Amino acid sequence: MGEVTIQHYLSLSAILFFIGVYGVLFRRNLIIMFMSIELMLNAVNLSFVTFARYSATMDGHVIAFFVMALAAAEAGIGLAILVMVFRNRTTVQADDLTLMRD
Amino acid sequence: MENYLWIIPFSPLVGAIINGKLSLLWSNRENGPSEKLVSLIGCLAPLVSFVVTVVLFFDMLGTDPSRRAFQQTLFDWIVAGPLDVKFAFWVDQLSMVMLLVVTCVGTIIHFYSIGYMRGDRGFARYFSYLNLFMFSMLMLVMGQSLPMLFVGWEGVGLCSYLLIGFWYRDMMKAAAGKKAFIVNRIGDLAFLIGMFILFATTSKVGYPTLDIQVMKAMAGQHPDFFVPVATAACILLFIGACGKSAQIPLYVWLPDAMAGPTPVSALIHAATMVTAGVYMVARMSFLYEMAPVAMAVVAIVGAVTAMFAATIGICQRDIKKVLAYSTVSQLGYMFIGVGVGAFSAGIFHLVTHAFFKACLFLGAGSVIHAMSGEQDIFKMGALSKVLKITSATFVIASITIAGVPPLAGFFSKDEILWSAFNMHVGPPWLGPFLWIVGFITAGMTAFYVFRAVFSTFYGKSRVSEEAKHHLHESPAVMTVPLIILAAGSIVVGWLGVPEVLKGANVFHHFLAPVFGGAHEAAGHGDAHSMIEAIGAHGQVAASAGDSSHGLEIVLMVLSVLIGVAGIIAAYMLYVKNPGVPGRITAKVKVLYTLVFNKYYVDEIYENTLVRPGYALSDRVFFRIVDMGIIEGIVNGVGITARLVGAAVRLFQTGVVRTYALFILLGVLYIVYRLLR
Repeated sequence: MGEVTIQHYLSLSAILFFIGVYGVLFRRNLIIMFMSIELMLNAVNLSFVTFARYSATMDGHVIAFFVMALAAAEAGIGLAILVMVFRNRTTVQADDLTLMRD
Repeated sequence: MENYLWIIPFSPLVGAIINGKLSLLWSNRENGPSEKLVSLIGCLAPLVSFVVTVVLFFDMLGTDPSRRAFQQTLFDWIVAGPLDVKFAFWVDQLSMVMLLVVTCVGTIIHFYSIGYMRGDRGFARYFSYLNLFMFSMLMLVMGQSLPMLFVGWEGVGLCSYLLIGFWYRDMMKAAAGKKAFIVNRIGDLAFLIGMFILFATTSKVGYPTLDIQVMKAMAGQHPDFFVPVATAACILLFIGACGKSAQIPLYVWLPDAMAGPTPVSALIHAATMVTAGVYMVARMSFLYEMAPVAMAVVAIVGAVTAMFAATIGICQRDIKKVLAYSTVSQLGYMFIGVGVGAFSAGIFHLVTHAFFKACLFLGAGSVIHAMSGEQDIFKMGALSKVLKITSATFVIASITIAGVPPLAGFFSKDEILWSAFNMHVGPPWLGPFLWIVGFITAGMTAFYVFRAVFSTFYGKSRVSEEAKHHLHESPAVMTVPLIILAAGSIVVGWLGVPEVLKGANVFHHFLAPVFGGAHEAAGHGDAHSMIEAIGAHGQVAASAGDSSHGLEIVLMVLSVLIGVAGIIAAYMLYVKNPGVPGRITAKVKVLYTLVFNKYYVDEIYENTLVRPGYALSDRVFFRIVDMGIIEGIVNGVGITARLVGAAVRLFQTGVVRTYALFILLGVLYIVYRLLR
């Protein structure tokens, strides 16, 4: 095995991102979809950090921290919404929540 | 004192607002607001204006005649591009005369209304409208610029409409109000166009303005800009005046306007509003003097109207209709006056007419009040035995209008006739023609007014038994105004005793500086004093020699004789031989029917203008333009939105994952575009 290169990092990032996309598109449970979104965010974070390291600047690191803060906030609000939805509708299946269309 | 000018118009406005609010507050209750409170506010408001006006008048008398103009600017009203209209009042001698007449007669009629409108459901509403009218009329008189004048002009039109249709539950009365409003609109359109022409002219000079005083000075300095447009502008403004002052062909609304309460007829449709046209022509005299053709048009229209309305007046049976046609006829006289350049004579007749016609109308109101609403003079008779004060004042005012010296009507009417005879512009036949028309009309006026007097107050009683039972003299609140106005009809004329009768003609000398003409405003040295000498009297009469004095007296005697002849004829026909008029009308039945039906003018207008206008509105403007084009556009927009919505709705599944898919596709497309 040779050295770990930028391609390895970016490939991992892409794989993680598309796993996230798959989760959002094809799973019905909102919690799973939520986790998938977190996965996508972190895949992107990986790309940022990679680029930052190889271009020897701090910008990517900074953005990564911003994204993490944002993801934390989003998780907090999103989970709160989910709890409320479950209390009101007794389900977290995305396909059952079509009130806006009906 | 100058700083208090604004009180004059705004005092009635405050009254109108308070009474209007009271009327609205009580609108759902069984009774209206307290009549005492309403009449206190309603009468106090114009009284304040009157007092301020009188104080201002004495202030003016104390000022040097050449600087007798008060001006007050309240704020910038319209500032748009080069146009700058200020909310400013201008009171010179002409405005002062109008202010005195409007506030004096107006206040008297407000007091009279307390008695006349007692117990009416809309008592507060009535006083609110009447005060609003005073405000508009004072704005019209005091406005320094044409837009200010126009606001007043429209305001009085609005109040006229509201008060004619005051008893709006009666369809006929509501329709009469509408007719007045619509006919006036026709004139107003021409007035507006005239105003635009003047604005364009001042713009060409380089200083766009609508300020009458600035325009006057400008016309004096740059007559070459104004002379070419003066005729068109003057005629257009005069068409506006025709609407407001009920001249041919727009006079038809005034007789119908008698549907309103009688004090309204007295104030608006006799003494003040309808004279606004005469005032406007006098106000714009500097422009009219540049347009001899327009002046001839004014004089001829006035003369024709005077005669035409007098003939109709002879055949009317309704006491208010007689007076209405008489008003149209007298307004014609005023237009003869201003049309021949005798502006101050026209205004003088306006003043005397305000007194005697208001007195006649209020007298008629008192009669109608006593007769429980009856207006047909042939169902009255011998009323002088009961209505002593009313009949005495009515007779005095009638003698005044008939032109018997030394009452007011004689001096003002005769001055107009003499000025017409002596006019110095236009073709040589025009002056004598105007004189003859005015002369014959004077006879007819005396005849029809005394026909009404004798039928109403003298001869045999034709009053129905039931009405006889209720017959009573009106309360003091109504008779005192009558006495004041009758006294006014006697004495006001003495202000303008012509020089030929050894009078001082105070009135003319007071007004002289206003009618100096455009040249005076420019202040050209020598020409100035010469023009002032002529302009001071608005006529050549002053400079004429002794020989014309002889002629003047001859004409004067003639016009008195024809007036007296008219009175005697009325006496012979309606008191001595009451059967004769019936026989005469039977002989000339066709003519009588024609005149009795007012020459079928209303019917002609109905068929030639109203119906085609209605058909045009219905078939073209309503069915094609409104239903077709405008509704088509509006509905088209709606239908398009609905179709687009239906198409876009297909994407709105409500399933989160579908949206996520679209987002993904969008992101992929953006990435593709970025990498390509």
